[in-house]
Amino acid sequence: MIQTKKNKTGAFLGLVAAVVVLALVVVLENTLPSTSQLFIVLKKGAVYSLVAVSMNLLNGFTGLFSLGQAGFMLLGAYTYAILTVPVAQKDTVYYLYGGSALNFSLPDLFGGVDTPQGLILGVALAILLAGCVAALFAWLIGLPVLRLKSDYLAIATLGFAEIIRAIFQWQALGPVTNGANMITQIPTFTSFNIKNADGEVILRLSAFVPFLVAILCIAVIVMLINSSYGRAFKAIREDEIAAEAMGINLAKHKMLSFCISSFFAGVGGALFAMYASNAQAKVYTSTMTYEILLIVVIGGIGSVSGSCIATFLYVAASEWWLRFLDSEMWIFGVKVPFLRTGFRMVVFSIIIMIVVLFFRRGLMGDKELPDLFRPRPKKTARKAGEHNG
Amino acid sequence: MEFFISTLLFGISVGGQYALIAIGYTMVYGILRLINFAHGDVFMVAGLMGIYLTSSLGAYLSPTTILVSLILVLVLTVLLGFLIERVAYKPLRTAPRMSVMISAIGVSYLLQNTATYVTGGQPMTYPAIPFLSDTITVAGTPIKWVVILTPFLVVILVVALTQLINHTKVGMAMRAVAKDFETSQLMGIKINSVISTTFVIGSALAALGSMLYFTTYQAVTPTAGAMPGLKAFVAAVFGGIGSIPGAVIGAFLIGICENFVKVLPFEGATTFVDAFTFALLIIVLVFKPTGLFGEKATDKV
Repeated sequence: MIQTKKNKTGAFLGLVAAVVVLALVVVLENTLPSTSQLFIVLKKGAVYSLVAVSMNLLNGFTGLFSLGQAGFMLLGAYTYAILTVPVAQKDTVYYLYGGSALNFSLPDLFGGVDTPQGLILGVALAILLAGCVAALFAWLIGLPVLRLKSDYLAIATLGFAEIIRAIFQWQALGPVTNGANMITQIPTFTSFNIKNADGEVILRLSAFVPFLVAILCIAVIVMLINSSYGRAFKAIREDEIAAEAMGINLAKHKMLSFCISSFFAGVGGALFAMYASNAQAKVYTSTMTYEILLIVVIGGIGSVSGSCIATFLYVAASEWWLRFLDSEMWIFGVKVPFLRTGFRMVVFSIIIMIVVLFFRRGLMGDKELPDLFRPRPKKTARKAGEHNG
Repeated sequence: MEFFISTLLFGISVGGQYALIAIGYTMVYGILRLINFAHGDVFMVAGLMGIYLTSSLGAYLSPTTILVSLILVLVLTVLLGFLIERVAYKPLRTAPRMSVMISAIGVSYLLQNTATYVTGGQPMTYPAIPFLSDTITVAGTPIKWVVILTPFLVVILVVALTQLINHTKVGMAMRAVAKDFETSQLMGIKINSVISTTFVIGSALAALGSMLYFTTYQAVTPTAGAMPGLKAFVAAVFGGIGSIPGAVIGAFLIGICENFVKVLPFEGATTFVDAFTFALLIIVLVFKPTGLFGEKATDKV
């Protein structure tokens, strides 16, 4: 009884927090100048936090060490882009291949990108399909590779991501994927800004949209983690054999976690295509997966709020706060040494190293944000928990 | 036929170069159970050091300056590997496994970004090493000496390494630590010095690998280490991570297959060179989940 009550207040607080965040984003976007770096951080942060949480579901909660995230993002991004290029633009986008093999586009089916229903329905459906395609491929690849253990699984999924990347760059598939060129002219976040008849923007929603999608998806993931499936995932993470002995179907639950995680990675990929306003295979390299893994571990493996916080800190530090390090600076007539293009990333990697070395269990460990405000449990109870690390 | 022979020679040579990197991966994995993501970047840094040292040591490239700078590259790379282990991995010895791996990714970031900062992101050209860069004609195609010599060098080094591991005290300590970390500590083995030795050997081989690799492919960019590093790691997994002969055989196999895929007569074959390696890996793992020569892991309840 107490448990359900607590969950209800928790869900209510979560809902309030989500609404507050969304309102804050809308207010910020319509008051601050739109050129501010803050919005790049907000948009990219929303996209990355979704992908980071999806990776956390797999690596942190189910204990499957997979490095295929960039591959599933690529699948999502391309599905989204291929389905949303307006029919009228196809010849310019696919000019190398004499037009696209697909002669329809989802927004056009509902009345075109310029109409609200065409934009919203088309984009929503494309994002959903992006997730489904990623999940389908996850199922296919999961059949053989999910039997593998820890590091072998990691390298197999990493390899799968690289194979996908090569296939999408293949010339023979050009009429669909546009070969090694990027697919442009797709609806982006700025397409959602509401304009008046003269084409002036009256209400900016370009940061609101990624936040809305990311929050919805993360809410679904959190609900999944708190369900009986989530408890089964955690049991598998702690001890596979014990979990199996308790009657958990290992293959089924691993596959479920893998597919769901990939679904949301696919959605994240679609959002990333919207953020970058193009889909291009060479962006989704293993470096991107490492980046997301870095965020997940810095946030704390097994902490959803940790992943989100770490994402925004990571994106803000790399894209915004350290920008000044890239340009020359003079203080009292003295030139500050070392400052030139590229120095930002050097400092950034040193900061990451320091965080990794001094926060062994990530910023949040396996706690969630609300846990920090609860009274601390007694020492004996904490000691018993520490053996699991 | 001539085409076949030259492709095979190139494949064996690239395979040998991958093998030199793969040994570093597999030895570290055997002892620390750590995928050392920074190893490929150590290899890249060794390449950059080769460029900067040769150009700073002498206005014109005489064989002596090149020899001196290559020895310096070897020493500095070993020092770099040693430092990375001490600064980034040693403090995390009792931390969860994932933290150490992230630390490795962090080091890899740091090395790549520093390299971008120093070089300005432009590709640098590796100097021609006398004799190694000279070409001879084999079966009608001009081939650099390095291509011919690499496999012999690799075989000699691997034999020497196996002798070291099987017949010296350090080698015995390494095997003990790889078998059981904690027990070997209790038996009085100085874990830290054994681990340092592992990193020293791995880095030295990576430095040698970089000299051979960049003599063949002369452009050094900050990300030049990523793909060879990944391939070498795949080779290590292919042979079963932790097994040195496995890694070497895996590396040769991958090198040869890769070069044959590159010349396959269908459009866009070059796009699939890297993908093919991974496809091969996944197929092998499906049938042998711990690689070709990997120890079969048994779970104890």
